[in-house]
Amino acid sequence: MAARVRALETILTQKGLIDPAAIDVIVDTYETKVGPRNGARVVAKAWSDPEFAEWLKRDATAAIASLGYTGRQGEHMQAVFNTPDQHNMVVCTLCSCYPWSVLGLPPVWYKSPPYRSRAVIDPRGVLAEFGVTLPDETKIRVWDSTAELRYLVVPMRPAGTEGWSEEDLADLVTRDSMIGTGLAREAA
Amino acid sequence: MSRHEKGRPLPSGIDEPVFSEPWQAEAFALTVALHEKGFFSWGEWAEVLSAEVKAPGAAQDGSDYYDCWLRALEKLLAAKGVAPQHDVDQLAAAWQRAAHATPHGKPILLENDPECGQ
Repeated sequence: MAARVRALETILTQKGLIDPAAIDVIVDTYETKVGPRNGARVVAKAWSDPEFAEWLKRDATAAIASLGYTGRQGEHMQAVFNTPDQHNMVVCTLCSCYPWSVLGLPPVWYKSPPYRSRAVIDPRGVLAEFGVTLPDETKIRVWDSTAELRYLVVPMRPAGTEGWSEEDLADLVTRDSMIGTGLAREAA
Repeated sequence: MSRHEKGRPLPSGIDEPVFSEPWQAEAFALTVALHEKGFFSWGEWAEVLSAEVKAPGAAQDGSDYYDCWLRALEKLLAAKGVAPQHDVDQLAAAWQRAAHATPHGKPILLENDPECGQ
């Protein structure tokens, strides 16, 4: 595989279609700079600032971009808010569309065929495997991502965090809680 | 119906590095760069990638995800006439020969291919 990638890179460079330095920058960005910390900041701000939460609900693409996180594929973002009545969970049944700008690149399980099919058929069973059990009366809504539209789950704010700073709140927001296969950490 | 009846366990959720081998990062970055230059829309890419990850024989644990990714990229570039498969095959073989001919610890250069220039 390595030789084939090199071959492609050589052809594309020779044709002047890519700049190897730009490729290095992209790799570095996704290996070290973009990750779930971005999304955690978005969620923490939504928990602390009702006006921002309202904006995030109305126009997630713009609200998220205001924090400096913009998508590279021109995709739109939609934020889905968990409530006691409804838990949200995100999947991409097509391939592996994922909100890169706020969560980085997807974990292996997100890209696996079992998750892609079972999240839709049996979300409660999938959640159980992640150690999450929801009350029976909580509905689960599964959102299927596309190349054009990606979802960010806004988990419920843990109890006992009144008056916490955004920074401290962000520490409670896990990657899985923003995909909907987990909940936010409880306040220690 | 219990989840066990559906049989297929999810891969473990432990945090793994974003890329497990450098070529995966390169294949990923090439795609992002070409998309940014407007070679294809992301929807177009998602369709090609989807066909690969849904092909029979794709690993249930998602471990061959970047193999699928690379195959999708090759197909898309071949279809667009940018990098015909034959050229990629030849060049990949040359890179492999160069790698074998390069002493350990030295950078691998295409010029190190013993058949280079023949």
